[in-house]
Amino acid sequence: MPLLSVENIDVFYGDVQIIHGLSLIVKEGEVVSIVGGNGAGKSTLLRTISGLLQPRSGTIHFKGEAIHKMAPERIVERGIVHVPEGRKLFSLMSVADNLHMGAYTPKAHKLRGESLRKVYDFLPRLSERQKQTAMTLSGGEQQMVAIGRGLMALPVILMLDEPSLGLAPIMAKSIFDLLRRIADTGVTVLLVEQDVGHSLRLSDRAYVLEHGKVALEGKAEELIDNKYIKSAYLGM
Amino acid sequence: MNTLLQAVVDGIMMGAIYGLTALGLTLIFGVMKVVNFAHGSLLMVGMFAAYWFIKLTGIHPYLALVVVPPVLFFFGYFMQDIVIKPVFKAEREVREPLTVIIVTTGVWYVLDNLALMLFGAEYRTVRTAITGISFSLDSIIVSLPKLSGFVVSVGTAVGLWCFMRKTRIGRALQATSLDRETANLMGVNQYRIYNIAFGIGTAVAGVAGCVIIPFYYVYPSVGVVFDIRAFIIVVLGGLGSIRGAMLGGIVIGLVESVFSQFMTSTWTEAIIYAIFLTILFVKPSGLLGNKLDW
Repeated sequence: MPLLSVENIDVFYGDVQIIHGLSLIVKEGEVVSIVGGNGAGKSTLLRTISGLLQPRSGTIHFKGEAIHKMAPERIVERGIVHVPEGRKLFSLMSVADNLHMGAYTPKAHKLRGESLRKVYDFLPRLSERQKQTAMTLSGGEQQMVAIGRGLMALPVILMLDEPSLGLAPIMAKSIFDLLRRIADTGVTVLLVEQDVGHSLRLSDRAYVLEHGKVALEGKAEELIDNKYIKSAYLGM
Repeated sequence: MNTLLQAVVDGIMMGAIYGLTALGLTLIFGVMKVVNFAHGSLLMVGMFAAYWFIKLTGIHPYLALVVVPPVLFFFGYFMQDIVIKPVFKAEREVREPLTVIIVTTGVWYVLDNLALMLFGAEYRTVRTAITGISFSLDSIIVSLPKLSGFVVSVGTAVGLWCFMRKTRIGRALQATSLDRETANLMGVNQYRIYNIAFGIGTAVAGVAGCVIIPFYYVYPSVGVVFDIRAFIIVVLGGLGSIRGAMLGGIVIGLVESVFSQFMTSTWTEAIIYAIFLTILFVKPSGLLGNKLDW
């Protein structure tokens, strides 16, 4: 049984259909990327899984339990943690307070001390800056806080929406390295990215989204060599 | 010189109490982005609660402080849950939902008129253990109810400030005020947080009621006396800022008390508004407001 399975969902913003009959699965311990251009429905998909949006039809199951009608606060309790696009830090709160907010669910709250130590071990930069207001950090540091905040929620599956967006290439690379290290600790990762090259190299499998549908899917290493991917996304 | 000093002392004490009347308003606005027009009525409810409690039990007003605010907390909590939340849900996409403001206006009318029906229009006062007591320090006369009001006001503000910064719920209130959707992703149920914000705002109005009742009268529309001033204080201090509300309150209290030494009280009102406009002109986000909070 896959950890997360999305079956045939249709998602609308008002009257506009963004996702058309999309299905995908994520198995435990995998790194799966969802790639595609602007407006392909990648963020909408993550927002639907985390409960910010509800599919008009279709189902989403996590560990066999239907979650597509649950509110976001119920879904995050189950270990589905969404690191939103554009970091979305609590701008006027300190780094430490942002991290504490990540551990809001009762279960994560109980273990927050230990989680905080782990996050600081993982991201020593944040420990140096714990008192600083989130807004004053650089883009890369803000992304680290966003990811650290996600880790504080004790994710079973960590979903990241364009973590490399707007970062200098060297910073983007270190974010991808960080994701690799997170995946190596046993956290399942579902990654949405426009940086197709980097994310395919990081992933086990990938889905290519176009116009709210899965256009291609397969093992990441095979997709890297796919002609269509090369010409459409990698500019080769 | 002595009268001036006396005016300053009076102004600071009364100003802190004004700040207290504005705290609930600034908290509810900060978290929910809703201007709560029922705030004055909540103060009235707080004052009547304190009035009846002290009148019927003959208890010391300080003891009312332990009983009235918790009762008012639940009153606010459930009022938000039952009356305001449904409208909020219907307007969930809007950052500053106007219809909710109209609902709070409705709550204002309903509460004021309920009080009128139940208690009648007369002005009521209750003699408490501290009413009318004052002592002199050197040449300055300090009224005990106002001094204790000052202490309670500052204590409430400090307590609230610490609560917002140091506790799990306080952080969730802050986070919801900054970004509801992301707070929701962290597991915060925003509507429950709104209930809590409204509950705390109302509880603080209850504290204010207990503080004011030893030296002021209560009647069904008494809220209007305080809430217009509370609105000015909140905007002056910076919307959503706890420290700003206290500072704004003290500024208004000082202006009122010092200027009334030199001119009639109708003029002091005009001066309060002139200073209010000047400060907003120089610093539109208020004295301690954060312009980046927008």
